[in-house]
Parts: sequence; C-alpha cells; structure tokens
Amino acid sequence: MQSSLINADSVLAIEIGTVNTRVILFDVVEGRYRFLGQGLVPTTLGAPGNDVSAGVKAALDQLHDITGRVLFNSEGQLVIPSQPNGSGVDACVATLSAGPPLNVVAIGLLEDVSAESAKNLASTTYAQVVDTMSLNDRRDTVSRLDNILKIHPDLIIVAGGIENGASQGVIELLEAVGLACYLMPKEQRPEVLYAGNSALVKEVQSSIGTLVNLHVAPNVRPSYESEQLTPSQPALAQIFRLVRSRQMRGVQEVDEWTGNHLMPAATAFGRTIRFISKEYAHTQKGVLGVDVGASATTVASAFDGDLRLSIRPGLGLGENLPQILDLCNLGDITRWVPVDVSDNYVRDYIYNKSIYPTSLPIGPEELATEQAIACQAMHLAIKHAIKSYPPNLPGSIAGLLPWFEPIIVAGGVLTKAPANNQTVMMILNGLQPTGVTTIALDRNNLAASLGATAGVTPLMTVQSLDTTNFVNLCTIITAIGTAPTSTPILRVRLTSEDGVSSEQEVLQGTLSVIKLPLGQVGSLHLTPLHRYDVGMGGLGRGGTVKVIGGVLGVIIDARGRPLHIPAEPTQRRDLLNSWLSAISPGKY
Amino acid sequence: MLAPITHFISAADIRRERLMTAGGRIIARRGQQVNPLEIVAEAILEPQHILLDISGGLGLPPKDADHYIQRRAGDEVGEGDVIAGPIGISRRVVRAPMPGTVVLAGGGEVLLELEGESTELKAGYSGVITDIVGDRGVVIEVTGSLIQCVWGNGKLNYGLLNLLAHAPDEPITPGMMDVSLRGSVVMGGICEDEKVLSAAEDLPIRGMVLASMDSSLVPAAMEVSYPLVLIEGFGKLPMNQDAFTILTSGSMRETSVMAEPWNHITNTRPEVVIALPEGARADVISDSATFRIGQKVRVISPPYKSMIGTLTNLQPGMSVLTGGLRTQTAGIRFTNGDVVQVPLANLEVVG
Repeated sequence: MQSSLINADSVLAIEIGTVNTRVILFDVVEGRYRFLGQGLVPTTLGAPGNDVSAGVKAALDQLHDITGRVLFNSEGQLVIPSQPNGSGVDACVATLSAGPPLNVVAIGLLEDVSAESAKNLASTTYAQVVDTMSLNDRRDTVSRLDNILKIHPDLIIVAGGIENGASQGVIELLEAVGLACYLMPKEQRPEVLYAGNSALVKEVQSSIGTLVNLHVAPNVRPSYESEQLTPSQPALAQIFRLVRSRQMRGVQEVDEWTGNHLMPAATAFGRTIRFISKEYAHTQKGVLGVDVGASATTVASAFDGDLRLSIRPGLGLGENLPQILDLCNLGDITRWVPVDVSDNYVRDYIYNKSIYPTSLPIGPEELATEQAIACQAMHLAIKHAIKSYPPNLPGSIAGLLPWFEPIIVAGGVLTKAPANNQTVMMILNGLQPTGVTTIALDRNNLAASLGATAGVTPLMTVQSLDTTNFVNLCTIITAIGTAPTSTPILRVRLTSEDGVSSEQEVLQGTLSVIKLPLGQVGSLHLTPLHRYDVGMGGLGRGGTVKVIGGVLGVIIDARGRPLHIPAEPTQRRDLLNSWLSAISPGKY
Repeated sequence: MLAPITHFISAADIRRERLMTAGGRIIARRGQQVNPLEIVAEAILEPQHILLDISGGLGLPPKDADHYIQRRAGDEVGEGDVIAGPIGISRRVVRAPMPGTVVLAGGGEVLLELEGESTELKAGYSGVITDIVGDRGVVIEVTGSLIQCVWGNGKLNYGLLNLLAHAPDEPITPGMMDVSLRGSVVMGGICEDEKVLSAAEDLPIRGMVLASMDSSLVPAAMEVSYPLVLIEGFGKLPMNQDAFTILTSGSMRETSVMAEPWNHITNTRPEVVIALPEGARADVISDSATFRIGQKVRVISPPYKSMIGTLTNLQPGMSVLTGGLRTQTAGIRFTNGDVVQVPLANLEVVG
C-alpha cells in the first residue's frame, strides 16, 4: 500500500489586504492539494468596524456557504485541527498587507555604510524611513532623543559596526534610543531591531534590553563590502506581527489561529519566489517576482535561494499613490498612456484614486490611465530593486534588468486586466526584461499565501506551483543592439514538436509574435544580425532555445533597451497602440 | 455588502471625538459650550531635553558626582535652581540653565525636560462638550447641517458662509475675491487658478469650501492659512446637488470648516458644519449601511464621478465594464433619467 506524503491535509489561507480580505481553503483530493473554494469581502480595517477579524469572519461565512464546511465551533472559535465530522481545518496561515507603512528610524555608524544598510533592511518590509541617525549627522544624544520622541517610530533598526569592527560608536548611538524609550509610556515604546556587530549583542542587551522591546538579528553589514538583509527577515516579520497586533484590532485573533505565524504578505511572496529560484537554479538566472498591490509594489528577486526583497509603499496603487509624483515626473507616467487624455487628467486621477483606493476604472480612459500608473510603479520599483542585486549576474548591463527565468507577476491591476496583451504590455514597458524569459501570471494571486503555507505544508506549495495557478503568458526574447529603425536585426526559425518550421525576420523597433499554442513545445533558432544580443551569451551570438508556448505565444521584443518613447503626444500614442495591437488577439 | 457612507444632511445631530495623538491636559469641561477655535486640550507633543554634565561641572567622577545631585526624577526646577553641589571651597554647583523637570538623574548626568511649547487641540466645531476621553481629548455634540468632504488641507476655522457659486459647476475666479469676503467662509464651485487661493489668503478669508480643484494646486492649497475642503475631489467636478442645496440654504450662517485629511482607518474626514437655529429638528446619523435598491448613492470615480442617483438594481454575478473589467455592478438612475451600470466598489451611500 502506498503511503501518503501529505500529513497536514486541509489548510486555510487568510489574506488581509488593503482593499479585500480573502480566505482560501485547500484540501487533499486524490493525493494532491486542491483549491476548494474562497471567500472574498472588503477589508474591515477602517470605520465603522475597525476590526480586521470581522472581515475575515465574513469571508469565512462565504466560504462555509460555498464549501459547506463548518469552520467555527459553538463558541465562535476556528476549529483546528479538523474533526472526524469534517468540520475545521488542520492548519491556518495568514498574510497581512493592510495598514499604513511602519515608521522606521534607521541607525548606523556611518551614513553611507551601516545606516544605509539599516535603511535597506527597512525597505524589505512595509515601512518608511522617517529619520536616519549616524555618527556623521553631528547631532548630540539629546537632539537624537528629542527626535525619536517627536517621531514616535514603530521600529528602530540599529545596524552599527562591521564584524570585528568599531563598538563604542554603536553604544553611543544607542544611548539616545534607550533614553527615548525610557521616557515613553511602556505601551508606546517602539520595537528595536539590533542587526549590527555581533560582538556587541550582550552589551546592547544589558544597556537597553530592559527599556525596549529588543530583537536581535545577524549583522546586516558584516563587512564594508557586503550586506546581508535576508537573515533579518524572520525578526522583521515578527516585529511586523507585533506592531500590527497593537495597531489593528482583530490581527491578534487571526495571528493566534496561525500559531503566531502571521506574515507580511510581501515576505510570504518573497518566500515563494525564493523557493522557485531553487527549482530554476539550473538556468543560471534569477527568478523575479513583482506584485503591484494597493499597499505597495513588491519586487522579490531571488538568485538560487538568495532573496532580495524590495517593498515600496510609495508605489502602491492605494492611499499613498500621490507619492509616485515625488519619485518621478508626471510625464514619466503619461508616456505610457495610449489614449488621448491630458496630463491634468492623469494627475487628477492619481489624487482621486488615493481618496478612493477601492474604486475600479470603468471606461477605457480610466483603465489606460491606471495601467500606465502601474507600469511606471513597476518601472520605479525595479530600478530601486536592481541596486541590491549581486554583481556579475548573467545578462547584466548597467541600468537594465539582468536575465531572469521566469518573471512572475501578481496584483489585481495585472491579473484582472481585461486583456492579456494589456498585462504583457505593462510588464514589457515597466520591467523591460532582457534575454530570453518566460512571463508567468499568478492569476489567482496565490503566491503570497503559498509562501505562508510553505512553512506548514511545503508540499502544498510545490503542488500549487503549476500552470493552473501560474499561467504562462508568453516567452519573451529581447534583441538589444544598435541599428536604424526597420533594419532586419534577427532571423528566427521556429520548429514545432511535429517538425513543422516557420521563419521570420525581425526588424529593429518592432514587437512581434511568433505563434506557438499554449503549452506546446518548440525549438527556436535565433540568428542575430549586426551583433545584436538576444540573450544567447554574447553580442551577435545565436543558437537554439527550447520554448513553451504561452497564452500570447512567443514575443520578440526588438524595441531597444531602454525604451525610447516619442515626446510628441500623437506619435507616442500611435506607437503605444501599435505595440498593443502587435500582441493583440489574432496575432498569437 | 457593507457600503461606505457620505453624509449630506440638512439637519443632523453630530457627535465627534476630538483627540490628541498623545496624552496631555484637558482644558474643557463636560457641558461646556465651545466654538471651533476654542482650545479644549493641550499636550507637549514635541518635548525638548538638555543633558547636564554634573560630573564635569563638579569635577568629580560620575559615581561620586551622583552623591551631590540634589534633584530627583519628577522634580520641577526654575532657571538658576541648583541641581547639584555645592562642593569644594568655591562651593561649586550645577544650576538649571532653563526651567524644566528632571526626568532622569544618575551616572554623573541629569536629563532635564524643558518647558516646551504645548500643542493645542481646538474644538473644531461649535457645540457642547459631552464627554472627556481620558487625557487624550473630548467628545463634542453639535446640531447642524453636515457636508462631508473628500479632501482637506489640515486647517480649521469658522465664519459666516458667503456663496460665490450660483451653480454647482461655476468656476471660482480671482476676480470674485473682493473685500466683502474678508473674515468669511466662501463656497465656490471649481477652482483651477492658484491666484484664487492667494487672493483669498490676502483678504484674508476664514475658510473655502469647493466642489473640486485642479490637483496641481495641492501644494498651494497646503500652504494657505485658512481651511480648504473639496466636496467632490480633483478635476473639474461639479458639486452634487444635495451638498449644493444645503450650502445655498446656509448662506450667512455660522459655518465651521474642519479640513482634517481623510483617515479611512479612524474615519476622521474633512467636514463642513453649518449652525442651525436653536430647536431645529435633526436626524441621528448612521455610519454603516449595506447596499439596497432605492438608496441614494454617489459615484466616486469617472466617468460619472460625483453624480448622485438612485440604486435601481444589484446585478447578480459579474458584469463587464466598458473598459473591459469584470466586477459586481449596480444600476444607477441619475436625476436626468439616465441609467448606468457602475461597479459596487465605485459607489457610496449618501445619507
């Protein structure tokens, strides 16, 4: 008799987002984890209820109506583990992205070294750095103390001193932290994460350990040259959980259901991407995950298990949306709008959307505007994320995305786009991938929940990473080089599995589709001209690559990198529409 | 499905909590009648400290210096008061350079909290204090016309309401800003010109209530000293008829403009309250509702943004919008007779 590898059986995944709260039930059917149903309601963080658990319970009621499974006992408590009568679930996981970003004070010995690492660490969770303190800032202890009291941060990250390096300065900087916490009422004290010189841990604990809620993580800046942010993730996730439990009613209850393992959604998303990167290690390329949400745009880049997480609350499509105008010009957004709307219209749209983050674009103009904003948000987020990448990645060209395989995208603006070519256009313009890569759409936005379940039932994560949930949108081949527009730059020959061949010549400046039905395997022979780089290992180098047909087939992007968009509005719109039309249904 | 609510009510009993971000001193008392600018509580939200080097001042090692510290945590000191000492033949002492309170003493140092400037919490409304919320603030009850807005510049004030818009979509221009408006709250339609804001500042006025404003004016609007609120949002959006009717009937009445930014979590939002004559009958307002047929609703996004209509049906399942998105929708009949399908996510109940 064959024994089952699966022990945990049913799993309830809870996602508390800025806009919606979703509960998903998975269970084992015929030896595999299956999605059984979901409940979806608006998040109840805001007035009048101000209790996120109310939304979770409403979503669970929906789930009960759909699946018939009884989830609560007579005392109104979630039943864990499942009972012989079929009620309850064996495990519960939860992710949270709702709520304003945590206010963080980043402290390091030197502004450009450890303080910078403390800031970078803050960018791996839903946080905004409101002050940076270092020995360079020339402030005395009292002015640092006054600033902490004024800011009232949720979290202070201390990242001072390389391993075997200086120690006195760190203790000096911590004096202000200790004093400030001493002066605050106990319940208002910030969490403090010490991620500095490990030799100082005992001293730090004895100097401020009794005054603050101290957490210790491995040194984020072990040497001047290296930075390691990932080992601090568990501590940071723990802090996020504690702060949110204090700030938001209902979080603690949900957290208890998970055995105190509630995770920031972005951390869970990153965990999935890291997991996939190990599976794809043989490609020698990293795996890229991008989630454009209401609370933030998250970029998770993983290189054979080495995760680089970058979370930008200012690039979320919700209440913080006007902050995008602090990061780029309005023209950087309007350049992606393929319809005739004024700059004022786009700016007004951004401000109105921040007032009503849950609203949906009704007509074509609103939809095009929102997609343009999402495109620019991805563009800015990826530019920021690239800074944290390890050196000498395959395909690295300054300012451009290195090679990834695959690129996984999530977030309502991408997954709910009415047409697949719109989704692909946002990705191609926003991320501007290079080399040969596959674009996969997390169409049910499950990546974060699967990351959370990986800690409970890794098998479920493995089994759910299939084409049912992660749809292969297309394979992209990017041709980069220098030639006048419309010059032939690449010859492509596709040979399908049944031996049928078709040839195509690609012109500089174009976007073209090679038809290959979804799931079908083909062999693509690439012959670049004019020393074009098509991701085969060097300038002018061609070769044969095995490709799998996506929803949009195989796309050859010969528009150049970085993309150049005409300034003249009519010309620009015509070009954007011609690109959209080049990958529209009928072309693939 | 729970529906968001916005109130445009001609006579309402309004109850509002006014809270500071930290504990402090409550000045108002229960039952007190207050005007919007009256200070009801105060707190030192940005304390300042100085660290006195007792060890250095007395010329002693820190441990020894501690024996000569005369003050303990919690002691209030005036300028020149002796903190530590005397010591030696010269009877050396360390004095307080400024008045304050000792918060920490030891290790050869004394941390003194200075008598910093306190932040005042204003009532924001003309009403009666009905409750005190610990050391954080008060509850105020007021009867008046209530118009809830979507955006505010963070200021508050009150004055007599002066109408500059005679139609819901009438633009407000710099030429309208004449001296007769000085000290009043002005109601305008659509603002596209920054000079309107600066001319109003020059008069000065005490508040501006607009239907909508070009979003490029946000930085200028944040700079003006008077409260500025938007009822509809950004762009060229005419004022909804309900709000327009309430405002026009409130001409020359005392009007409070609370331009606090909208916080969706605490549900504090910008509001305009027009005082009503004593004895006016008022409705009790509700802050929760579910969508149902026959309700009055407002559309919150283009292309029907700010239009008020009646909910005629709740479509089962998903519908396809003109842009192609699939979502739950409802049918809305506008006052001009047009019926459109709008996503439920883009509606709020008007009550």
